[in-house]
Amino acid sequence: MDAGSNFVHFRRRVTMKLTSNSAMLSAALAVSGAAALLGAAQVQAQAKEQFFPVLSYRTGAYAPNGIPFANGYVDYLKLIDARDGGINGVKITFEECETGYATDRGVECYERLKGKGPTGATAFHPLSTGITFALTDKSFTDHIPIITTGYGRADSVDGAVFGWNFPLGGTYWDAADMLVQEVGKKEGGLDKLKGKKIALVYHDSPYGKEPIALLEERAKMHGFQLLLLPVTHPGVEQKATWLQIRQQRPDYVFLWGWGVMNSTAIKEAVATGYPREKMYGVWWSGAEPDVVPAGDGAKGYNALVFLAPAGMGQVHKDIIKYVYDKGQGTGKKEEVGEVLYNRGLAAAMVTVEAVRKAQVNYGKKPLTGMQVRWGLENLSIDQAMIKKLGFEGFMTPVSTSCVNHAGEAQAQIETWDGKKWQVHPGVLHADNAIIKPMIRASAEKYATEKKITKRDCGKESG
Amino acid sequence: MFYRENGQFKSSYASDLQMLPILQDRLFMAGLLVVAFVAVPLFVSDYLFLAILIPFLILALAAIGLNLLVGYCGQISIGHAAFMAVGAYSAYNLALRIPQLNFLVVLVLSGLIASAVGLVFGLPSLRIKGLYLAVATLAAQFFMDWLFARVKWFTNYAPSVSPAPIEIFGWKVDSPLDKYLFVLCVLTVFTLLARNLVRGHIGREWMAIRDMDVAAEVIGIRPVYAKLTAFAVSSFYVGVAGALWGFVQLGAWEPLAFDLNLSLSLLFMIIIGGMGSLLGSYFGAAFIVTLPILLNQVPAALGVPIPTAMNAHLESMIFGALIIFFLIVEPQGLARLWAIGKEKLRLWPFPH
Repeated sequence: MDAGSNFVHFRRRVTMKLTSNSAMLSAALAVSGAAALLGAAQVQAQAKEQFFPVLSYRTGAYAPNGIPFANGYVDYLKLIDARDGGINGVKITFEECETGYATDRGVECYERLKGKGPTGATAFHPLSTGITFALTDKSFTDHIPIITTGYGRADSVDGAVFGWNFPLGGTYWDAADMLVQEVGKKEGGLDKLKGKKIALVYHDSPYGKEPIALLEERAKMHGFQLLLLPVTHPGVEQKATWLQIRQQRPDYVFLWGWGVMNSTAIKEAVATGYPREKMYGVWWSGAEPDVVPAGDGAKGYNALVFLAPAGMGQVHKDIIKYVYDKGQGTGKKEEVGEVLYNRGLAAAMVTVEAVRKAQVNYGKKPLTGMQVRWGLENLSIDQAMIKKLGFEGFMTPVSTSCVNHAGEAQAQIETWDGKKWQVHPGVLHADNAIIKPMIRASAEKYATEKKITKRDCGKESG
Repeated sequence: MFYRENGQFKSSYASDLQMLPILQDRLFMAGLLVVAFVAVPLFVSDYLFLAILIPFLILALAAIGLNLLVGYCGQISIGHAAFMAVGAYSAYNLALRIPQLNFLVVLVLSGLIASAVGLVFGLPSLRIKGLYLAVATLAAQFFMDWLFARVKWFTNYAPSVSPAPIEIFGWKVDSPLDKYLFVLCVLTVFTLLARNLVRGHIGREWMAIRDMDVAAEVIGIRPVYAKLTAFAVSSFYVGVAGALWGFVQLGAWEPLAFDLNLSLSLLFMIIIGGMGSLLGSYFGAAFIVTLPILLNQVPAALGVPIPTAMNAHLESMIFGALIIFFLIVEPQGLARLWAIGKEKLRLWPFPH
């Protein structure tokens, strides 16, 4: 009931802003005035705080990757409070909850955190495709955005169906498409892929299965053969997989792993004698914890890199100055600037910027998930803004709309030289001519299965 | 003093056969139902519903199902999450492909499908016993994991399935309270059924098989019938629980949601709760489902700021220690502790 009237309120506010017609304005105020006043009174009585829930995994098989991401995310929130005194004076509060990458615990954490703070949770970063799927189902009633920076459902780009999912920075379909383009370039044209063999070594979970649909589409288009090699959770046992690779000798191996599976795969490649130069990892298979355990054997291994490569920029200097030097750091000082740490930073940054954007529309006060969604749908982080935020070189511009919840994805290829990641200059873009129809078809199917009424984006934000 | 049956005479067959022969038990049960159906919905927050009560109720149903097989019939299974998966995916496919079907019908049909599958995987029990059978039931686990991950028809060609919201005769089961009440109703009905099953002739046959199968055969109990009915009924319960777990608790799931871990958790529930006791299934489910979550929140509730990772480690350590503690104190499970408590209460305040 309450959510429903809120929604009406929300839509009216948007139309109001667009038409800027005073008659319309008063009408809208009359309709939703009572609710708005009530809400405002409640907010006024409470602290000026914006609550950020943090779903993290610092234990379990995926901890090596979960820890730096969570550290980056939390450090950025601390920085905003310490340096700027919050978002336009609204202090950030946060609470972490350990999911262990398990879907059921993730759902429990979500339920635990969604109502905290004066206006409830701002937005969730599930950091697991499995948890994303479960939370997507709940978002339709809870009205809290789910931001998946470079993971999650590929079809959730379609904001008309997936009203609350924001796969910012790129989806797995984008990633798979870029990898196909990259190997195509290496062969001297996509048409040269005909008759080639590409193996996908993937984590046998929704995460690993996401790219399959796109790769199958591309395989049909270019006539390459796709070998699907699933690896069961957590991925420490891959002998059988690499035996198959030894037998089949694929021309390229795409690695879609997470956590210990990545380093194990590289070690197995060394043991099998498969050239690391022919291995391409998704952006979640291209961080320090993935290659360091494999030692020198990892040299030459490639991976996609998006949003945030490793390194230090202005924002890191601020974090050291305002957070670590005051003894408030979440992790170790020397780990600031690692790939996954930076990705945590970027994830926190887009969330904070969405809140900032939404504040323009709703006022400088704690915002609800529904209001934050407006900010997320009207996000436009351009190069100048990236520079102002201290993210120069660590972030690509993002702009979203009601229809497109992801923005344009771009990524680069990086190669491990034994010491650090070397980023190649060429920027890759996914081919939207292939992906857009797939997204539409898949979102359509989801909408019919779940009996969802699609949002009318034309009416809401033009 | 208060809990004794003195003066409660059974003067008819009906009163002799009733489920709760002691007045105090009847009152307690009535009170419990009032609390569950009236008091809890009035006072409990959404978080408790969604994160604690609903998972507890659904897994209690699954634990009852497993207890019927392991606790009452003595056939160990460590593959019961597979039957939950069968229930969940059958319900998903039924609801998807025949949308006009009422969800209650879907629930029963998915239970029946799980039951049929359970029957097939119960066949080895006719030849092998004990731990060997337990290992054989692992086949069910691995086969179902494989089936739902590889045969795409079952998942409607998507990596993760997400069913439409439940609607029963126009009642949309979507708020936490609705979900809780729905699951509670299902659980009440199924517990009542189970209670009557285990005290009827089928339950007695199962227990005879459990206690000594050769002797049971000699007195005229057909092991084939007893064992296979146990597998079928048990899988039916677990299948229904699986459907609820998918539709009500998770909302979207992948085969990983029903992996070996869940099978083992179910087995731990009945071991800790008490084998061969319906009450034990409840205790076990409460212990396994809610305790880790409560432990996880103790430091925050006490206002002790400790790092998340440390908190998670502490949770596992204390939880593990408690399992060992309870198994040493009472190897027959929490239900036995409850029974001892009742015995003591009967003599109180004048113990011998």
